[in-house]
Amino acid sequence: MGKVEKKKLEMQATRDAYGKTLVELGTENHNIVVMDADLSASTRTELFAKKFPERFFNMGIAEANMIGYAAGMALSGKIVFVSTFAIFATLRPFEQIRNAVAAQNLNVKIAATHAGISVGEDGLSHQAIEDVAILRSLPNMHIFIPADSVSAVKIVKEAARINGPVYIRMSRPKTPIIYDETYEFNAGQANILIDAPEARVAMLATGNMVYEAMVCGEKLRSEGIPVIVVDVSSIKPINKELIVSVAKRARLVVTLEEHTIVGGLGGAVCELLSEEYPTKVMRIGINDVFGESGTPSALFQHFGLTAEHIYRKLIKELR
Amino acid sequence: MDEQKRIEFEKELNSLRRDILLMLYEAKSGHPGGSLSAISVISYLFLNVMRFDPANPLWEERDRFILSKGHAAPALYAILARVGYFSPKLLKTLRKLGSPLQGHPDSRKLPGVESSTGSLGQGISIAGGIALAGKMEKKSYNVYTLLGDGEIQEGQVWEALMAASQFKLDNLCIFIDNNGLQIDGPVSMVMNVDPIADKLRSFNLATMEIDGHNPDEIENAFEFFKSNKGKGVPTGIVSHTIKGKCVSFMENKSEWHGVAPSKEEVEKALDELGCIESLEDWLTEGITWER
Ligand SMILES: Cc1ncc(C[n+]2csc(CCOP(=O)(O)OP(=O)(O)O)c2C)c(N)n1
Ligand SMILES: [Mg+2]
Repeated sequence: MGKVEKKKLEMQATRDAYGKTLVELGTENHNIVVMDADLSASTRTELFAKKFPERFFNMGIAEANMIGYAAGMALSGKIVFVSTFAIFATLRPFEQIRNAVAAQNLNVKIAATHAGISVGEDGLSHQAIEDVAILRSLPNMHIFIPADSVSAVKIVKEAARINGPVYIRMSRPKTPIIYDETYEFNAGQANILIDAPEARVAMLATGNMVYEAMVCGEKLRSEGIPVIVVDVSSIKPINKELIVSVAKRARLVVTLEEHTIVGGLGGAVCELLSEEYPTKVMRIGINDVFGESGTPSALFQHFGLTAEHIYRKLIKELR
Repeated sequence: MDEQKRIEFEKELNSLRRDILLMLYEAKSGHPGGSLSAISVISYLFLNVMRFDPANPLWEERDRFILSKGHAAPALYAILARVGYFSPKLLKTLRKLGSPLQGHPDSRKLPGVESSTGSLGQGISIAGGIALAGKMEKKSYNVYTLLGDGEIQEGQVWEALMAASQFKLDNLCIFIDNNGLQIDGPVSMVMNVDPIADKLRSFNLATMEIDGHNPDEIENAFEFFKSNKGKGVPTGIVSHTIKGKCVSFMENKSEWHGVAPSKEEVEKALDELGCIESLEDWLTEGITWER
């Protein structure tokens, strides 16, 4: 069993792409307003704040109130982007999101950064690993997770176009750029990155796990094991047709996410396939435990989320 | 406070500041500004006021401290190590994988941490609950909590204050670490919370303002709290402090909210504290010096 090689790719954080794209959107559309909760440097909304101070509102450390104000702004015709760390953007004001935003189908775009364990050293209080699960339960909500900074740009633009609430899940570290400028995004999108007519395993990955899945997939392929790797960037709506068709061509379906295995991408795929095309699904993610402090790479090792760990797990499973 | 006590306290305080800086330097991330503004009150509390027993961390009658502004964890860890809850050697593991010294305090991992905190606004409610349980069981312990001035923008804080008055929690002493800064800048510019003392008064707290770096005034605050016991009112102390206190280049700078000092910076800071030699000890063997 050889070592999993990683190609050197250019790196950029999805939140950097978000900050720049917000400025672009703000220039084109004067209806766009932005709110933050005392983390505008980290979320990169400060770029928008500098360019359009009259359309930026720092709401202080008061996230539940921020969601309410965003709902009021949206009821008054604005397109509102609200940003803070994912944990404070979703888990803390969840009921406000449900009753004020989702139930009224409002134009509030919750663009959160620092999702998942790649937050690193701040530890469990700051690591949202349940955000997708809870938001997925809300009618009207869209959930998009960019796999890199190039797709983040397109996703943020699509969020502005959509009429209704959107959750965009971004992360803290710089991550490899896997797409080029020809990438386009629409709600409900999933992209096949590695394909095979008949596969031993189909990996359905989202966010930062897409790159790990690609690296692992290349390795398996180079060893003669046919694989499919899919970037599921739209968790809600989810691409039913594509996922079912991939499941039909693979013996095992694996989901990969920087999120609890309960209720996120793994949950969504299991729900879908159990109704449409019952298939064995292996969920890889945070295994029903909380996160902890450590560097992002130490945590990815610890929770078994690196390409190397996934490779070993799959080899064992496929044997 | 007599001269001797003051000198000893300042000396202790200085070594705790040193430990905070060394810890953060080693961890390469974390929050120096708010740890340095809070350590004066926290250290006085542990060294002179609270009853506790590190050998028996769950002693039922112990006084409790909840660090509501959990990002000042290095300040809490420094004092917990100093009073003997764990070996100072552990300070070197701050924020590393597997360490009980998590980025934000974790009650399941470290003795002396009464409750996990880190999500702002929640610690004061938890402190209120502990105080309420104490009242219910007719325990004599006191509950102390410390919040950031940015933290009090959270609506939950005011819900907690309302409840503290309603339930007559005169065993609860609430400090606001009023350093005037949060992450995005001055609190007054981001989302003004002034006048804090008036707000606390209007929530029916016995309220006092102090210079949170002056040992006499800190002492007075605790005397004030004691004098309110039996009156059925919670105590609120607005503690005027300086973010990054005692490190010239960190003082009053929101930029120093959440970044760790580099080698050069920690050298400069320790030099200012008059304990540059401790860096060498730290680097070679971790904290092993006798207190
Ligand atoms: C609910 C919540 N929202 C946001 C954060 C991120 N955060 C950590 S510290 C901080 C600023 C705190 O300012 P303040 O309370 O004044 O603390 P201090 O100045 O004492 O460091 C923020 C926004 C958090 N920890 N919890
Ligand atoms: Mg402050």
